[in-house]
Amino acid sequence: MFNKLLGGLVPFLAALVAFAFGAIMLVALGANPLEGLEAIFDGSVGSGERIAATAVKATPLILVGAGITIAFRTNVVNIGGESQIIGGALLSTIVALGFPGLPAFILVPLVIIAGAIGGGILGAIPGALKAYASVNEILSTIMLNLMMVQFMNYLLRGPLIDPYELEAGTRIPQTERLSDNAALPTIIEGTRFHLGVLIAVAAAIVAYIILWRTPVGFRLRAVGHSPKAARAAGINVKRNITLALAISGSLAGIAGAILVFGSEGQRMVTDGSAAGFTSSAGFNGIVAALFGGLHPLWTIPSAFLFGALLTGATQLQRVLQVPSSLAVALNGIIVIFVISSSRVRSWLQTTLGNTNLFGEEEEEEEEEAEEEEVEEEAST
Amino acid sequence: MLGVLALGAAACGSDDSSGGGGALTMAIVAPSASDDLAFSQSMVDSVNALERDITLQVTDGTFIVEDAAAAIRGYAEDGVDVIVAHGTQFGASLAEIAPDFPDTTFIWGTATDTQGLDNVFAYAPAADEGGYVNGVVAAAISETGVIGVVGPVEAGDAVAYINGFVTAAEAGGATVNVTYTGSFGDVALAAEAAEAHLANNADVLTGTAQMVVGAVGVASDAGVPWFGTQSNQTSLDPNLVVASQVYHWEFILEEMLELRDNGTKGGQAFEINLANGGLIIEFNDGFDLSDDVKAAAEAAIEGIKDGSIDTGA
Amino acid sequence: MSDFFTSSVLVATFASAIRLATPYLLASLGETIGQRSGVLNLGVDGVMLLSAFFSYWTVLETGNLWLAVVVALAVGIIMGVLYGVITVFFEATQGISGIGIFIFGLGFSDLMFRQQVGTPKPVQRLPSVEIPALADIPYIGEPLFQRSLLTYLAFALVPLTFLLLNKTTFGLNIRSVGENPQAADSLGVSVERTRFAAIMIGNSLAGLAGAALVLQLGIFQPNLTQGMGFIAVALVYFGAWRPLGVMGGALLYGLVNATVLQWKSLGIIPVSISDLAGMAPAIVTIGALILLARRVNAPSALTKPFSRH
Repeated sequence: MFNKLLGGLVPFLAALVAFAFGAIMLVALGANPLEGLEAIFDGSVGSGERIAATAVKATPLILVGAGITIAFRTNVVNIGGESQIIGGALLSTIVALGFPGLPAFILVPLVIIAGAIGGGILGAIPGALKAYASVNEILSTIMLNLMMVQFMNYLLRGPLIDPYELEAGTRIPQTERLSDNAALPTIIEGTRFHLGVLIAVAAAIVAYIILWRTPVGFRLRAVGHSPKAARAAGINVKRNITLALAISGSLAGIAGAILVFGSEGQRMVTDGSAAGFTSSAGFNGIVAALFGGLHPLWTIPSAFLFGALLTGATQLQRVLQVPSSLAVALNGIIVIFVISSSRVRSWLQTTLGNTNLFGEEEEEEEEEAEEEEVEEEAST
Repeated sequence: MLGVLALGAAACGSDDSSGGGGALTMAIVAPSASDDLAFSQSMVDSVNALERDITLQVTDGTFIVEDAAAAIRGYAEDGVDVIVAHGTQFGASLAEIAPDFPDTTFIWGTATDTQGLDNVFAYAPAADEGGYVNGVVAAAISETGVIGVVGPVEAGDAVAYINGFVTAAEAGGATVNVTYTGSFGDVALAAEAAEAHLANNADVLTGTAQMVVGAVGVASDAGVPWFGTQSNQTSLDPNLVVASQVYHWEFILEEMLELRDNGTKGGQAFEINLANGGLIIEFNDGFDLSDDVKAAAEAAIEGIKDGSIDTGA
Repeated sequence: MSDFFTSSVLVATFASAIRLATPYLLASLGETIGQRSGVLNLGVDGVMLLSAFFSYWTVLETGNLWLAVVVALAVGIIMGVLYGVITVFFEATQGISGIGIFIFGLGFSDLMFRQQVGTPKPVQRLPSVEIPALADIPYIGEPLFQRSLLTYLAFALVPLTFLLLNKTTFGLNIRSVGENPQAADSLGVSVERTRFAAIMIGNSLAGLAGAALVLQLGIFQPNLTQGMGFIAVALVYFGAWRPLGVMGGALLYGLVNATVLQWKSLGIIPVSISDLAGMAPAIVTIGALILLARRVNAPSALTKPFSRH
């Protein structure tokens, strides 16, 4: 128990240290850190609407984050989130453009599924390239990220562009207003809180279930634990890595669909820059997953916290005239501190736990039992 | 330099005593930095140039539409009187936000219609006009007859400017090579795009958007004259910048604010052009132009004003 | 198309390719050394942005290009120490810690630029240094031998990196630590120290890459690199962890970019597919890799923290 407590405490402390850095930066910029904190609070949870907006902002992070945890448990780091979000968004947009007349109760699930497929494809491609062409997945995901941004720009400025834009000559890369039947219904009237938030939470729970309660998830974790042992037990490592990337990608793809169909303008729009559509959710999701201890369920509150940081940052900029990039820098610092803290945590656990005051032996036994389980199952 | 001074004055609080309407709170939400020597700066400079008692807040760098929407909504909730949504891509969000705040005036551009909302004013620059004038001068001073254009993406006022420029330059006998780099921010790409033009014998360059500073750098190195747009870009190279088409939004902004004073909170679209003084071609005194060329430029300006010249927009 | 195949245009395109390739090459070589020792650094882009900003700021304030390069190197070293501590001492998960550094670098350089500089102010650029006899060689003389000192350094580092990795004890240590740290450890090689050193070198080169980028352009903008650091990491895989392969990748990438720009200028690529053309460098890189179709093995211990159990 103590270990678990420590496990949760250390990252939290790490985040506090990171926030202290943030406060120092604010002071250096001539702003009052307390006012800064107030602005972040106010901007993110200062009113019912703002809380809803924060939840909406956190939604893609939950999804991407949950996907990252699945990939991570298979020992793959998925940095292709950006491409997967875009892929899902594009496919879902095309579906909505193709079938605008379908009733909402069909169209909404349809676009979400399309998002999952679109993202899944973008996740599976690096996996397949690795398995069949020995192309390293870090290389292919990085390249795919770049390619999909350009492809999106091409589509949104070309075949998918809003005809009105062509007339007006302004040609912003956006689609026409998509069918209202595909719009994610608002759950709480008067706020931005829409179905997408619930879908994201459900997806994170499903991710957890898959990982720990199904044979599929079991094999993924086995591969993550030890590819050699898994292979020896007859598990196809390459296929499972591809699967992990594909699942991770589909979750990101759903995030993409939600970004489109939960937006105020009900259309897919970008400004042409790399993060113009995704606002770096593909990377921020990694941060959220990390802060959630790389566990799908904990990703939910963690993503909410990061969503709060992001929405709060806009308020920070408005009120204190501090550039929102401060929040970006702070994000980075938090990641660095938290990810470094795992060693601190295990050091603390070993040093303090050695006194065996808090039943550390039990914990170890639990872990050993789990490992045996893995081996047993693998040999059947 | 004007821009820097204006920003400095604004930082010290309101400067001018009210010379026309009453005091107002205003806010600008802009997609790029407010001192980017381009699009966003033009709006900030213009608001600061208004002769009214204005308390101004600026949120810049919000190129993500949802973030900008949050900022716009935030200002509206705070009770700001007039909010400038300085980005075409913010239109869809504005359509959702504006109806929630009927007493607030929203000013949106670059856009040519107000989406039927009666508390939204729209504004757009006739960027092709300045492009045309720049093109006339460019063709006149080019010795090789080849001119290079570095654009971001084929959209908005960028394409209008470039089209006007190309029409005039080609009418003046020059060959114009246009490259859209595909990005608003990739400075390195813009620089190499300029190099590519130079390799094709271009001896005059122009371009638009934030990344264009890369291209200007290349022009500086090669001693090649540069034409700017959106803001006065002379500071980038006081020896080589020939002229800039500068957006002076203050003229139409003042009109909009007066309408608001008299009860009309929106519903009209405005354009800045050479005729109404919203577009000004600011020549760089540090670059010598022969009298013939200056005369040709003046003739072009007059021709556009009285409608006799078609800029091919 | 015939316009493209004139000698002056081809020469200019080649020169452009070399210029574009320089920062990629520097960063990529650094990452190669790091990865050979078993450390993945995804934060290269962040390091480049930080060094780019600080070296730009140095030139802006002092006008001294040499000092700016030194500053960039210093930034790289500092980030190297930071990453070394995170990776070797704290054994943090490398893919994620790298992303953290990237996010931090992106935000911090943006913040500092807006606060300290604001309006884009051009500074002097790296001068081209001509190598006397070689620059006169027809066709390849000008692109190759009329470049900046940082470009010469970048290309000189290719054989130097090869020598370092393959002909020195230190290089042997790096490689063994990357392939089989347990064995290396039992033979008395300090895994931690070797990796730390490799990380320092890698980040220093990333720092120089940032300087090469910004001082070539003579101006800084937020997110100046636009993902360059990530591509540099990808190029390490492309080059199969060999300096020569990495150089090939950087040149290929630079060449495709330069060619696309030239074709856009000449009108060979019409504006309507301008965006699709932007995908070309990435497609060509992956395509080349598929065609080359060799099974390459990463250093076995790549991304695995080492602890004596």
